[in-house]
Amino acid sequence: MRGFLYVISALAVVALAFWAYQQNYATQQALREVRGLQNHIATQRSRLAVLRAEWAYLNRPERLRDLAEINFDRLGLLPLMPDQFGVLDQVAYPQQDPLPITNPIETRAREGGEQTPDGEVQLP
Amino acid sequence: MIRTPLRPLARVLKARQTGENPDAIERENIRLRHEEMRDRSRVRAQGRLLVLSVFFLGAFMTVGLRMGHLAASEPTEPQARATSSKIVAQRADIVDRNGRLLATNLETHALYAQPPIMIDKERAARELVKIFPDLDEKDLLEDFIGKRKFLWIKKKLSPEQKQAVHDIGDPGLLFGTREMRLYPNGKLASHILGGAAFGREGVHSAEVIGVAGVEKRFDDFLRDPANDGAPLRLSIDMTVQAAAERVLYGGMKLLNARGAASVLMDVRTGEIISMVSLPDFDPNIRPRPPTEGEPGDSPIFNRAVQGLYELGSTFKIFTAAQALELGLVNPSTMIDTKGPMVYGRHRIRDFRNYGPQLSVEDVIVKSSNIGTAHMALDIGAKRQQDFLRQLGFFDPTQVELTEAPGAQPLVPRQWKDISTMTISYGHGLSASPLHLAAGYASLLNGGTKVKPTLIKRDAPQRGPRVVSEQTSKTSATMLRKVVTKGTASFGEVEGYHVGGKTGTADKPLTNGRGYYDDKVISTFASIFPAHDPKYVLIVTLDEPTETSGPKPRRTAGWTAVPVASEMTRRMAPLLGLRPEIAPAEPAKVTLTSN
Repeated sequence: MRGFLYVISALAVVALAFWAYQQNYATQQALREVRGLQNHIATQRSRLAVLRAEWAYLNRPERLRDLAEINFDRLGLLPLMPDQFGVLDQVAYPQQDPLPITNPIETRAREGGEQTPDGEVQLP
Repeated sequence: MIRTPLRPLARVLKARQTGENPDAIERENIRLRHEEMRDRSRVRAQGRLLVLSVFFLGAFMTVGLRMGHLAASEPTEPQARATSSKIVAQRADIVDRNGRLLATNLETHALYAQPPIMIDKERAARELVKIFPDLDEKDLLEDFIGKRKFLWIKKKLSPEQKQAVHDIGDPGLLFGTREMRLYPNGKLASHILGGAAFGREGVHSAEVIGVAGVEKRFDDFLRDPANDGAPLRLSIDMTVQAAAERVLYGGMKLLNARGAASVLMDVRTGEIISMVSLPDFDPNIRPRPPTEGEPGDSPIFNRAVQGLYELGSTFKIFTAAQALELGLVNPSTMIDTKGPMVYGRHRIRDFRNYGPQLSVEDVIVKSSNIGTAHMALDIGAKRQQDFLRQLGFFDPTQVELTEAPGAQPLVPRQWKDISTMTISYGHGLSASPLHLAAGYASLLNGGTKVKPTLIKRDAPQRGPRVVSEQTSKTSATMLRKVVTKGTASFGEVEGYHVGGKTGTADKPLTNGRGYYDDKVISTFASIFPAHDPKYVLIVTLDEPTETSGPKPRRTAGWTAVPVASEMTRRMAPLLGLRPEIAPAEPAKVTLTSN
């Protein structure tokens, strides 16, 4: 019985050692990955900063004004003026399409209520 | 374990024979046994104490060693935890009120040389001059050949330049990373932003410090890592600022002015929406302060904040408002305007003779110096000073710019009656356009004091009361009449109900004795919409001349007013103000008879 316990505990030590070894390497691997990711995030952040700067540079009012002037023929952009404000009343209601006719009824009247070729009597 | 018997028979018998007491033997044995037991337990206790002390020693040693290690080792960021820090640069961005970038950072490189490890020095010098034409080949070569072991060649390189230097291929030409302050909008809001420069420099990094404007004023805030990279949000609106700069520049050129300044301020919050000073500069390449000539002519001089000018008749509304507030007059009280008014050896004249009497309202509308001087005499020097001090004309503005504390308004050292009279119409007291904007805002926002600010705010300022609400309203009505039927008739912008006051002041001679005949500072201080003032706009032109007529005209009505009106027309829609019809006067009962 005692011998069996010794064997079991020896096996347990080996198993635990194996597990600890694996965990150690897994942790190191995870840390490496984190470091890589953090580097990646840092590069992306600085790239984002550059892009933001470039966006701001390309959208600077001076350039936009020049572009609007160059492309005046196509775009016709003018500075915002007070008379460009509208009132809600000036906006027309959209024209509504008539409802679709699902069961057409012939209502064309003939004089005197004469008979159609089908033999029906048309009401005046 | 062999127990020693307490009464060993041999010794007891022996003792009986000798007539001793055998009990003594038992006691002796008990004593010995107890001694032995005591010794044993002492050893055990000592052993336990030893173990315990070793344990404690170990524990404290561990703690001590760990502390020593923490104290001595370089701090490192925890690796396993994801950092939430958003800081990418050593200096935070500056954005406008809508979050658009005004200043940011860019990574760049500085070029330095280590001559001892250079291979072909002549060729390197020759090639470098090809890339940077502003360098001198001879000086460069001298530096390379001389004793120097290290020299900076360029502080900021573009990626293309860096590649070109790489292509030279000399191992002695090296790069250090740099963070560069970038103002993507160029000249926009240059006086507000100021500029930045490198502070302490190392090979691998350099400190970026603000040198002027908000960059210097908020240097600590911008560099504080505790803000986690949060940008500095200004009250400036980029679009409005761009429009203001454009229109003001056009006006300045049309009127041949030497310089111009404008301030647009929210009357309730005190936020400066746009502030322009022309000529301006590019903060990316901030010019050095001038060493000769007048500092006021330099492009880095902020006319709106640092420029102290006699602001002329724009001050008349303060006199009128104070007279109203004190109950000395009402808008229709008649004031003596018979000219010229002689006081001691001074004579006060009007631009034109306005007859013997005008109502207070007409004094403002027609801009009569004599009428205002009479009102000021009624008010008195003491009360006038107190009122102007309340409006902030005695102290530098507290706007968040490094330049602001230096702009101390110039007031007469001795405030005589003649000073009271001239200051009532804006001569003899020099203040900046920003002072005027703050004064107008305080007077017309319902009568509470506001301090100008460049930081975005959400709530109106609740300053101390300067004038009553009624006075504020009456003043606004008078200013509106200046535009509808007075000196500022070009100032009307349909739908925005501009009210304002013109001011034309002769420029003082540089030697301080008297004034120029043909050089003026013309100012238009306006509010819109006059029935419920929201914004105050100050436009100041330095030496404008309007030459469309037979004679050159310099009064503000012909110069500053049209420029200001065009600025209002452009800016008001951008501010989201919808043109509207002024609320009509309440219907009156008309007396008729038939």
